[in-house]
Amino acid sequence: MTPLTPVITAHWDEPDYFTLEGYRRFGGYRALAKALTMEPDAIIGTVKDSGLRGRGGAGFPTGLKWSFVPQNDGKPHYLVVNADESEPGACKDVPIMMANPHALVEGVIISSYAIRAQHAFIYIRGEVPQAIRRVAAAVREAEQAGLIGDNIQGSGFNLRVTVHSGAGAYICGEETALLDSLEGRRGQPRLKPPFPATHGLYAVPTVVNNVETIANIPWIVNNGVEWFRQFGTEKSPGFKVFAVSGHVNRPGIYEAPLGITMRELLDYAGGVRGGDGTVKFWIPGGSSVPMLTADHLDTPLTYEAMAEAGTMLGTGTPMVFNNTISVVKAVTRWLEFYKHESCGKCTPCREGTYWITGVLERFEHGAGTDPDMKLLEEVCGQIAGRSFCALGDAAATPYPAALKYFRDEFVLATHTPVDETFPPVAGYVFSEVAAR
Amino acid sequence: MTLAPQQTSVQPVDSVTVTVDGIDVRVPKGMLVIRVAELMGIEIPRFCDHPLLDPVAACRMCLIEIEGQGKPQPACAVTVSDGMVIKTQRTSEMAEHAQEGVMEFLLLNHPLDCPICDKGGECPLQNQAMTAGRPEARFEENRRTFPKPINVSAQILLDRERCVSCARCTRFAEQIAGDPMLELLERGAQQQVGIGPDAPFDSYYSGNTIQICPVGALTSSLYRFRSRPFDLVSTPTTCEHCASGCALRTDVRRGVVTRRLAWDDPEVNEEWNCDKGRFAFLYNADGRLETPLVREDGELRVASWPEAVDIAARGLAAARGRAGVMLGGRLTREDAYAYAKFARLALDTNDIDFRNRLSSDEEAQFLASSVAGRPLGPTYADLESAPFVLLVGLETEDESPIIFLRLRKASREGRIRVQSISAVRTRALDKMQATWWPCQPGNEAWALRQIIDGPQGADALAGLRQPGAVILVGERLAAVPGALSAAAALASATGAQLAWVPRRAGERGALDAGALPALLPGGRQVADATARAQVAAAWGVDSSVIPTAPGRAAAAMIDAVLGDRKRGDADEEPSVKALVVAGLDVEDYPDADDLRRALDAVPFLVAVSSHHNEVTERADVVFPAAVVAEKAGSFTDWEGRVRPFGPAIREASSVADGRILGMIADVMDVPFGSGDFASLRAELDALTPSTTDRSAAPTVSSSTIQAPGSGYALLSTWRLLLDRGRLQEGEPHLAATARPTEAVMSRATAESLGVANSATVTLSTDSGAVTLPLSIGDVADGSVWAPLNSEGSALLGIGATYGSVVRVTGGAA
Amino acid sequence: MSELTAETRAHMVELTHRYPEKRSAIMPILHLAQSVQDEITPEAMQMCAEVLDLTTAEVNAVATFYTMYKRRPVGKHHIGICTNTLCALLGGDAVYEAVSERLGAGHNETDVDGTFWLERIECQAACTHAPAMTVDWEFMDCQTPASAVDVIDRLARGETVVSTRGPAIRDFQATEHTLAFPDDGLAGEGGEADAIMCAGLTVAKERGMSAPPAPAQGA
Repeated sequence: MTPLTPVITAHWDEPDYFTLEGYRRFGGYRALAKALTMEPDAIIGTVKDSGLRGRGGAGFPTGLKWSFVPQNDGKPHYLVVNADESEPGACKDVPIMMANPHALVEGVIISSYAIRAQHAFIYIRGEVPQAIRRVAAAVREAEQAGLIGDNIQGSGFNLRVTVHSGAGAYICGEETALLDSLEGRRGQPRLKPPFPATHGLYAVPTVVNNVETIANIPWIVNNGVEWFRQFGTEKSPGFKVFAVSGHVNRPGIYEAPLGITMRELLDYAGGVRGGDGTVKFWIPGGSSVPMLTADHLDTPLTYEAMAEAGTMLGTGTPMVFNNTISVVKAVTRWLEFYKHESCGKCTPCREGTYWITGVLERFEHGAGTDPDMKLLEEVCGQIAGRSFCALGDAAATPYPAALKYFRDEFVLATHTPVDETFPPVAGYVFSEVAAR
Repeated sequence: MTLAPQQTSVQPVDSVTVTVDGIDVRVPKGMLVIRVAELMGIEIPRFCDHPLLDPVAACRMCLIEIEGQGKPQPACAVTVSDGMVIKTQRTSEMAEHAQEGVMEFLLLNHPLDCPICDKGGECPLQNQAMTAGRPEARFEENRRTFPKPINVSAQILLDRERCVSCARCTRFAEQIAGDPMLELLERGAQQQVGIGPDAPFDSYYSGNTIQICPVGALTSSLYRFRSRPFDLVSTPTTCEHCASGCALRTDVRRGVVTRRLAWDDPEVNEEWNCDKGRFAFLYNADGRLETPLVREDGELRVASWPEAVDIAARGLAAARGRAGVMLGGRLTREDAYAYAKFARLALDTNDIDFRNRLSSDEEAQFLASSVAGRPLGPTYADLESAPFVLLVGLETEDESPIIFLRLRKASREGRIRVQSISAVRTRALDKMQATWWPCQPGNEAWALRQIIDGPQGADALAGLRQPGAVILVGERLAAVPGALSAAAALASATGAQLAWVPRRAGERGALDAGALPALLPGGRQVADATARAQVAAAWGVDSSVIPTAPGRAAAAMIDAVLGDRKRGDADEEPSVKALVVAGLDVEDYPDADDLRRALDAVPFLVAVSSHHNEVTERADVVFPAAVVAEKAGSFTDWEGRVRPFGPAIREASSVADGRILGMIADVMDVPFGSGDFASLRAELDALTPSTTDRSAAPTVSSSTIQAPGSGYALLSTWRLLLDRGRLQEGEPHLAATARPTEAVMSRATAESLGVANSATVTLSTDSGAVTLPLSIGDVADGSVWAPLNSEGSALLGIGATYGSVVRVTGGAA
Repeated sequence: MSELTAETRAHMVELTHRYPEKRSAIMPILHLAQSVQDEITPEAMQMCAEVLDLTTAEVNAVATFYTMYKRRPVGKHHIGICTNTLCALLGGDAVYEAVSERLGAGHNETDVDGTFWLERIECQAACTHAPAMTVDWEFMDCQTPASAVDVIDRLARGETVVSTRGPAIRDFQATEHTLAFPDDGLAGEGGEADAIMCAGLTVAKERGMSAPPAPAQGA
């Protein structure tokens, strides 16, 4: 049994852990003090050696990303924290920002020092004012304590941190769209190359990292590579803030080593809630990664094992659905999301999500057709790999995966509305029965 | 002097070898795959790609396969690298399939209204749907619809449901024109092109968006629903409006010009033109003279051609040696040449002037020394590659819009520094990231001398000394004594190239054709016997036939007419007994009343004009002339580049000026030739350029301008691109996109004049006043700017022009 | 509706100072505009354009891209109900229906007196707290149809309603002001992480699990 290993979450039950005082009481900002005695390149080396992979979904090695930033090029550098957590199912960055904003802020200061950035931005989605307040307050406290500002702790290192509120656009989680958005434009993704490491914010070298990734940095710096790598696997080292949601008895945040299985997480989360007590399907890390079934409960939650199972670890925020749920309805709702969030820039995503959604809505009402099933597959195939950015690929993901495991349900939906086959009330987590 | 060889320095380029559809090809490194394919004649379908816009890779139509890449790549955004193996839709199933998919997506929500769409028949979407589209639609859901259409400006309409979100229009607005007033709004499937609230897309270049729209989403009020592409007869033409020299395509339907498009000329206008060039052509049809007219019993009556020619010939023959020629600045090069030749041979005079505007003897000297008959250059390419460009007395966006586009292009690529000596910091300067050197109107000569002599000019001096630097001077410097002298001196002191940018299309050609008193064709000087001999030989006459008496400019001719009359000396023959006036609008002359009196007074007046106007109504004989669309000819642009064109309306029965002169000369028994276009062009080409000596540059010293007295300001003014100009008549949609008519001054000036809180100000002279809304802006202190010839601001009509001192009061007069 | 004043403009200018290039301030500036007026008006776009040296088209392009900027008056309270897959299937659809019926308003509509704006929102990053609702973007977690209607009722009566993970509800415009200027003194509201956020920590403590200790410092 893989144990739970609270690190970032270890003191969330302390009443003042989100304050500077509370954070410091448990060792906060020691990593910064240590980092400021190190050469920036040594920090990059440490992060590289730790094997930390980006926690935003793509899993790109963080140290490697940092090493792409040209050093001593005479240009300003920027660190941008992607706190635009909007992926359906992803709900771990917002809790981190609310319960442990100083881990993020400390990570920001260390990371900026490492990549020689003197200005960092934390781009937080606008719909979570309490997370924005907590992070802004943490930045303010750090400024007042001389942890942000000029000549931090006498190191000669200067840093400004700007907390930026988004305004409602999932696409801004795509790092180049986020940069355009932060520059005051429509959040549409940019052509790559050039990449942000050389032409990022205001066209200068920029690192964009996820909240959880940055929040890992203080522990890696403070406790060292060996400590970090003792859990997880060779390719997926370290710990992960898993957010388990859906039909489980104790949904919530579970921090554990990478490599833990869904079955183990389910156990910690009190097992499947409702229905017949079984998992019908689950999604390891956001709606953009293919769903799995009960057959995959023992697959380790690592980047590599998930890939082998035909999906991705993604954000590491499993959504669990019991057997009362219509997969057709679930997929339709996700596609409606992608249609709503498609930025409009490229044709396959803009038009493809519009098309798929229309067809799926017919299925939802029991009016799909047999040829429609094939058509949807083809349309998804024309979006995946053809669209400008990963949003299109994501939109093309739910249907083929659902069809792979639950073809029968789509056949059913060629004649029977899904609400008849799967009465929605059965899936509700409250006992009030809607009057209608 | 010989023609300088073109300085085309060939830079060695890194080249790479790539394989496209199995064919190896060596191309410059960094080239886009789509351009490589084009070079090879392989057409990859595309919508968002445009060679003059930054790649965006949004439409995904150009997806191709690159070996080693798991998914198809956009050919418009991928640059080639050595050894790259590229497979287009011709050899790759992946590419073909991807393109079919994108085409299917694009057609999902596209309306099936091709039969009523302006673009139908010349539509990239329609065409590519034929090659990459599926025969049957598989989309059964509801199509996206929008209430149709919306005006993004008075001229441009948008049918949103036709839009494929390629963003060519919005990228054009932002990147090329620098007018980000047209943007993508909303997002996802609702993404659409639009504008700001109550902020129309009034860019001078807005029409280009219609042309580059790959579907029928953008249309013009002028052309919408007027024609089908296949009903049009197209002719490559040259724009007749300004001296930018744009290549155009003129489309004619049943003998009427229906549409004009920018045509692709990489050396001149690339693929763009301005809205005046595109939309101002309705003058062709309205108010035309159709027959010759002769005056009988004080009234003009219709006459036959032989009768009119006969009367004109007799009247002019009687005045031979005492006749003058006044031209507007819009004649073709060949027609201007015909007048220059006619003056010398038929009228035995050097009294000829094409400058129906502010002008000076200093300017004539400057043109003779530094412009006339010069070979090509500096060119647009020179501007684009120049490290530094100094603008003096020239507002590029209003007065030569394609120069503006080139300078903006260079500034956007960060290669150029532009500095402008001007009373006004205009939006164009900001769009070129230009440095503004505030200068009261009239002080330009002083400012130019400062570049050499004073501390303020150090930056400009350093810039101008760089190889490739250019000085561009505008025609209004003729109003500033010493300015053109100083510009010529500055150019020779720094080695910078110098170019004179006239506003009207015909001026440079007329200058080179010898339509000035002291000049013969090719920049030859009348005073030079060798030059006269060369011209005489070309004309097949004895050298003694070319008159040697110094000619008179327009103002002197007018003085001669009025002076003779004023003297009332019956014994003395008036020195000007007849005038031939062609293509001239009286209102454009700075002293229009003097000109009117002279036209009234001159004993014999021949008018050649396409339209009824103030000259024709005073004339003794009137000849109807062909407009540009009806004849072959050429203009010489500001670079000195000859821009030939053929007749767009081939069925026109009108006659070009040269042929009219030929008929008159024939009756006068003057060896002029028939005046047909081909002969005129051949003669002129043979005479251009000249190798004879040119005169020295003027050395007029700069006078210091007097500070205007209390309550007065110095007037800076020029013609806005879109204004009351005659050739813009009949197009209200175009007029509605003009910039506001307003008076602009600095806050300090407004305060010192006591008008800072006034909504309007009145500018007045002894002859009248105009009242305009007041706008506070960056204007040199002590100066006020107002448009020269806009509705409600016809400043020449109140005797005010560039550099005039005007009284400024708050509110209405 | 309130007017945009010289003070508003001064605040907009202040926001530009946070960024190396002032255009970056457009998003907080538009939030600020919505804190004065409960929508993005043409006047707000004009003022924003002037402050940032942009055209109103450029401002419009941004204002219409992001869903939190509204083109019609929101009213006093913005009610968001997550109907993305997980929340919807766990009961969010029923919560939405109940609130919609209570308000007599559909998606992106206001109730008849313009007090409440109802919106089906996308994933709110509160899946562990499904079905999620927001009032003026403050979390109102783990709703049922009855609890959600009760929230509306209490707000309608002017009673104090406290966010499940944040401060007492103020109004839409106040939250928009916070998004522009987050230092509103409310960061401490809501206290420590709730039971759901501490679910794993609680289990770990129950079962005596913890992360391996840090190695001795000085290594």
